[in-house]
This record gives sequence, C-alpha cells and structure tokens, in this order.
Amino acid sequence: MGRYILRRLLISIPTLFVISAVLFTILALAPGDPMAQFALNPEVPPEVRERVKASLGLDQPLHIRYAKWIGGIVTGDFGFSFATRGPVTDLIVQRLPNTLLVLGVAYTISVLIAIPIGIISAVKRYSLFDYGATTLAFVGISVPTFFTGLLLIIVFAVKLKWFPFLYDSRVVVSDLNTLGQQIRQSIMPITVLTLFNAAQLTRYVRAEMLENLPQDYVRTARAKGLHERPVIARHVLRNSLIPVVTLIALGVPTIFTGAIITEQIFAIPGIGHLLVKSIFNTDTPVVLAITFLFAALVVFFNLVADVLYAVLDPRIRYS
Amino acid sequence: MAATLAVSACAQQPSGGGATTAPGTQAPATTTRGAGGELRLVWWQGPTILNPHLSQGTKDYDAARPILEPLAAIGPDGKPVAMLAEEVPTQANGGVSSDGKTVTWKLKKGVKWSDGSDFTADDVVFTHKYMADAATAATTSGNTKNVESVTKVDATTVKVTFKAATVNPYQIFTGPQGMIIQQKQFQDFMGAKAKDAPGNTAPIGTGAYKLTQFKSNDVVTYEINTLYRDASKPYFKTVTLKTTAAADASARAVLQTGDADYAWNLQVPAATLKQMSEGGRGELVTSPSSNVERLLINRADPRAPGDARSEPNTKHPFFSDLNVRKAFAMATNRKAVADAVYAGLTGGPTCNIVEGVPAMTSKNTANMDVCKFDLAQANKLLDDAGWAKGADGIRAKGGVKMEVVFQTTVNAVRQATQAVIKADWEKLGVKVELKSIDAGVFFSSDVANPDTAAKFFADVEMFTNNSSEPDYQVYLANWITDEIPSKAKQWRGGNYERYSNPAYDALFKELTGTMDPAKRAELTIKMNDLLVSDVVVIPVIARTQPTSGKAKDLKGIKPNPWDSDLWNVFEWSK
Repeated sequence: MGRYILRRLLISIPTLFVISAVLFTILALAPGDPMAQFALNPEVPPEVRERVKASLGLDQPLHIRYAKWIGGIVTGDFGFSFATRGPVTDLIVQRLPNTLLVLGVAYTISVLIAIPIGIISAVKRYSLFDYGATTLAFVGISVPTFFTGLLLIIVFAVKLKWFPFLYDSRVVVSDLNTLGQQIRQSIMPITVLTLFNAAQLTRYVRAEMLENLPQDYVRTARAKGLHERPVIARHVLRNSLIPVVTLIALGVPTIFTGAIITEQIFAIPGIGHLLVKSIFNTDTPVVLAITFLFAALVVFFNLVADVLYAVLDPRIRYS
Repeated sequence: MAATLAVSACAQQPSGGGATTAPGTQAPATTTRGAGGELRLVWWQGPTILNPHLSQGTKDYDAARPILEPLAAIGPDGKPVAMLAEEVPTQANGGVSSDGKTVTWKLKKGVKWSDGSDFTADDVVFTHKYMADAATAATTSGNTKNVESVTKVDATTVKVTFKAATVNPYQIFTGPQGMIIQQKQFQDFMGAKAKDAPGNTAPIGTGAYKLTQFKSNDVVTYEINTLYRDASKPYFKTVTLKTTAAADASARAVLQTGDADYAWNLQVPAATLKQMSEGGRGELVTSPSSNVERLLINRADPRAPGDARSEPNTKHPFFSDLNVRKAFAMATNRKAVADAVYAGLTGGPTCNIVEGVPAMTSKNTANMDVCKFDLAQANKLLDDAGWAKGADGIRAKGGVKMEVVFQTTVNAVRQATQAVIKADWEKLGVKVELKSIDAGVFFSSDVANPDTAAKFFADVEMFTNNSSEPDYQVYLANWITDEIPSKAKQWRGGNYERYSNPAYDALFKELTGTMDPAKRAELTIKMNDLLVSDVVVIPVIARTQPTSGKAKDLKGIKPNPWDSDLWNVFEWSK
C-alpha cells in the first residue's frame, strides 16, 4: 500500500507539469489586456500602457515567463497579482475562509441529508417518500443555481427582507449576535448549494442501494434470520457506500475552489468570486494560481479516493 | 459670526432638504462630524489597489478618493475646485504665468497626514517624481508628459513648469489622476520595488477618511480621519465600499432592498432600471457628460487582401463616397435608440461628437441633413450614387455588394442598439452583419488580435468615448492625420476611422496655438461640425455620467462627469 501511494504520488508530478504547461499556454494565448480599462483614456496613452505591461513582465517571451512562473510554484510562490501588485497567495488565503465556510457547510449538510434520504428512497421504493424525494432531486439537479439563487433573493431579501442581500466578509463570529448574523447571511447560499449537491448525491445513493438490495448476500443475510435493520445498515449500506465515498472524495476539491456562480450571485468574496473578477481583469497570475491549485487538488483527491476504496473494500488490493 | 451662520444654515436645513430635490443642486448643509452612522457604498467593479498611481481603472481611483486628495478636484462644471490647494491658480490671481508655461500652486497651511506628520510641498514634488519615474511605470505617468519640472518654492508653494505654453494649466495634480501620496510612505518604493509598497493597500492620506480595512475586490472600510482640516466634516462615522457581482445587484441594493446608500455606475438595461427605481427606496443620480456613443465609419478597406487590411493607404469600396456615408447617417434613428434602449434615463439622442460643456456644444448640427432621420432621402442618395438594388434586394455597384460588418463590444445595451440600427439600414438595401467582441479584447492594444477597435477590420464600429477633461484638445486629436493607426505603427493612434483631411488638421493646429477660451470654443464647435457633416462619425447617444443610484435620504451628492463619484464624499450627509 505504501509503495502504491508513493508510486501514485510520483506519477502525479509529471501530470501536474503537463497541466501547468497547458494552463499557462492557454492563458498566455488567450486575448485580453490588463490595461484594457484605460484603452480609451487619453490620459493613459499607449506608451504608458506598454510600460506598465512591461513592468508586469509581459514583455518577455512565453517560455521565459513560464520558466519563471513554474520556478516560483516549486518554491510555493505564485507570483504577484497584476491588479493588487501584491502576492497571489495573500489573496487566496484571504478568500479561502469565506469559501470554506459556505461551501464546506453546504457540502457537509448535503452529505448528511443525502445519504439517509437515498437509503429510505431505495428501501421504500415507489412509496410516497420515494416519489417526493425523487421529484425534489430532479428539481435540484435541473434547476440551475443561478435561478434558485435569484429566486431566494427576490423572495427572502427583496420581498420579505429576512436575510441580507449582500454577504459581509467582515463578520467574525465571536458571540451569539455575530453568529446569528453569519447564519442569516449564509443561509441562502448554503440552501442553494445544498439543494444542488444533495440532489445529485441522493440519486447516487439510491441507485447503489437498489443495485445491492436484490443481491444473493442480502437474501442470505435475511435467510439467516437477521432483522431488516441490520441487513440494511450492516450489509447493504456498507457495500453501497463504497462508490459513494469515492464520489464524495472527488467532490472535495470543489469546496476549495469555490462555487463560481453562487458566490457571484450572493457576492460572497470566496475563491470562485476571485476567479471570475480576475478573469475579467485579465489578472493572469491569479487565474493561473486558482486553476493550478484546483488541478493539484483533483489529482490529490483522486489518490485519496483510490486509497479509501482499498480501505473500505477488502477485495481491492493495490500492489 | 461663523457660529451664527452655522446655526441658521442648520435651522433651514430640514425645510430645504427634507423634500426630495434634484440631486446635486442643493448646497451641503452644515454638518457635525461623525453625527451619521455608516455610509454604505456599492461598486460592481472591485477596487484592487488603493495607490491611484498604480491603478487599473476608475474603481481604484474611487476607492482611494476618501483617503487621498488632489490639489484640486474637477468640479461638475469642469472648473477646478481647490482641495489641498489654498486656491485654484489662474492668470488673474497670478498663479498661472502669462506665457502659460508655469503654474504656482499655493497649498493649504496646517494640513496634516492622518499619521500626524505635516503635508508639505515636498509631498507634491515627490508625487510628481513617483508618477514620472519610468521604472515605476505609473498608470498616471501620462499626466507628466508635458511637465518640465515640479519644484518647491517654500513649504507650502509648488511651481510646475511645462515644456511648452499650455492651454490646460491643470493637467497635473487635479482630478482622479492627481492625488497626492505621502513622500514618507512611498519614497523607498519606486521602480521595481513599487509593487512591494505597503502603502499600495493602505495609503496614508489627507482626506476626510482613513482606511480601516481593505480586502481586494471585496470590501474597503474607512473611518473618520480625526486630523482632517474641516472640524465639522465628515458627517458619516464610517464608510464601507462593498463589491457586488454585477451592476444589477448594485441597482437592486440601492433601489430595492436598501442595502446600500450609493451605487456606482448602474449599467443595466434602462427598462430594468426604471422598474427598479419605482421601488421607492432610491433614485438615480445622473449628469450630462462628454460621453458620446458613436458609430465609426471605416475609410480604409477592411477586406483588402493580406497585410493591407484596413491599412490607411487602402480605400473603402463605398464609404469613401460622402453620399453613401450621408445615406447611412440619415438611416440612423438615434431617437428610436434613445427611446427603446436608453429609455430616456441614461442618455438622449445627439448629433454632436463634442458634448458635455454647453459653451462648446454645437447648435448647428440640429439643422444638418445628416442629422435628420429620413429613410426616403437616404434611399434616394444611394440611387443617385449608382448603387442599384439587385435581385436579392442588396444594393451593388460595379460588382461590389453593399455589405457591412458592424462590430461593437459584448454588452446588452450595445446589442440592442445594433439591432435597432441594423433594421433601418437593411431598409436601404444594405446587408448588415452584426459582430460583438469581448470588451477586454476590443479595447486591448494586443497587436496579435484581429478584433481590436484600433485594427478596425470591419466597416462600422460602435463604442463610447469621452473627453477626460473639459477642454477638448486631446479628444479632438483623435481625428488628425498623425493619429491614424497602421500595422507599421503597431496600430497605435486614436484615429480609428483613418480620416485624413487637411482642413481638419489645420483647424487642430490653430486650436493648439490658441489661448483665448472664446476662440477655442468656436474652433471646437467648427471641428465638431466638420466631423459630423463629413460623416466621419455618426454620433448616436449623449450618455449621462455618472449613472449611479442613491438612497432617497442621502444628501450632498454633486454628480460630476469630470471626476470621481466620490469627489466630494466629505460633504455627504443624511
């Protein structure tokens, strides 16, 4: 197992190198100009814009820029942002808590509600509960988050005025009052994301359970005289959860990189929000850092999922 | 005496300011420092840096403005308003030399930076040095182009010497690009080290507010600068500038939910804006400006083979004919665009390319043929010019079909405008292909990209341009022969139309040599009329700026097209 993990880690190094080269080339070739805002401002003539771009290092050839950038990454330095002129790492560190707070909570809640709902739906297949859960799940999957988000805003922020419409990143939870404030401002985005995530997960859990329920080992367990509850909980559920765990692990990177649309709608200053604003500002170092981190997390959590698989399923042996 | 005045002004205030008045027309009431709570601002483009000299756009100038001040702001009428300066230097008060080469700024005495140190002439001299330093690559360095030197006369007097006599003595240290930074804070951070300056995200200023927190692209918070020179200001204890996702979110926050007191630049479709402003919580803040949405007519041939595309030495197959250009101008229904797209809120029809200062706005264009919407006459012009309709309904002459590519940026308002214009042009028997390009590409100086406005690989393009100062000389330079972009010039130059007219060049030369304001206005109008009658451009909409929103109870706002929305934030109150 240890050797397997080591080998996988070593393979991921060239993978990340290839990803970094592709990302860098695509972004370098993509159109856009960090000085575009000033294009028509006669007070910022073209020669000034060129000088500023040169000061940002954009006058150097592509391969040299790449070498500098990748050299920085290896030492943990993501360069400096064109827009703030400060280190990119600072920006990410500043925004990560907001993303983790909203997305992390939403993801946890989705897992906590999706699994029981999925189980009950499968066990009581074609019951009223199953129909209800299925309908909700389809609504969650097919209605895009930007729509549910706007709907919630119009109902709860504009009409009823229960929740604030703009997220305030300055709230630091220190007492009951600030806790309430934090809950009030994150309840709408969390609802939107939970609905979306839980919907997908529920369907998955249900399908896995249904696949295992008619299996021979379940009949055997029942034939041994076991009650239905231990049959479901100890045998069917454990086997059904193996692929579900993989799915959950593979979803973890998205918690770190933010929900682009939801963060935009509720103005949550998270990583997704930063990514979108940076793309609009042609702040390439920030875009590169976020996309590269996402790639690295995906590679890493793929490994985690595979390892978990082996831990949960004794039939699987890596050697 | 001063106390009596203050009291009476206070007493009058409720009756005068209680009712909803037209924004900006009302004199600021005498306020008590810190009597108000929080002033909540929303900007949909997030400030990313608070050093205006390294700024990447208006948003950064705005966010720095409560903290940093120029020597003079540019007021709503285009005239300077003294801020750090004791008074605005003029020829009358001896501040501007008679040859127009030197300007002497007298600074206010006793002004302190928010860290307690004295504001002096040294800071002004340093700010110029910082802006002009090539290695620092300040985005405001264009302001220093004509400046020979900035020297200290005494602790509160600074002399600016220009390289040549200038008609605009206020081209440095005024408005958003002229904010003075503290020497002590920035002197060790010039050149390559500029990006490492802690002051970039936490500048020390002389303004009414000082920074408490800055999160790039998210939120900026300010509190009262207790050392601010006017003891009765500012009214609000704290200010928060929050970044929203988009203009419609900003509009909703100020007009519908009341989550904000002031929202910058509400670029949302006018119909939506109208509906939202009926919410009752807020109202629009607008002002006539020099922003004109215009159609540029390409004089060069965008279909020329190979490297000759839109090169100035090629000739457009039909736009080189004045009558054809006239026909297109007469088939442009600016009133329909104003009604359908701008809903009378954010802009109105215009046939002038110079707008914003009444004394320089032409009244002659209203009577010009090219400014009247007349499809029948336009069709006749094309018939007479020999462009006959073919079997497909498209006009052609000598094997050339009248097909135009009409490009602009991706923007709901612009696409709606394109649709209105296309419908009318098609009635002329012209095939119109619409194209929209991402603004970041369209306005970029990327030499490798074929879709930039400067390359103009299309027949017609549309965008808004404005004069950044109430004098139009720099703006009018956009149509002189020297400004024509070409491949050899790496597509630099503002004359995207490739317009070359010795008569216009001569007028421009005369303008640069004229100091008398009345004569300058006359020349400006003449040049405007020439550009319109020769159909170099087709002006469509005179846009308002700012087009912002404010809570109904917010007072003291003076909409100003020439300076930051927050230029007088120190006198805002409730």
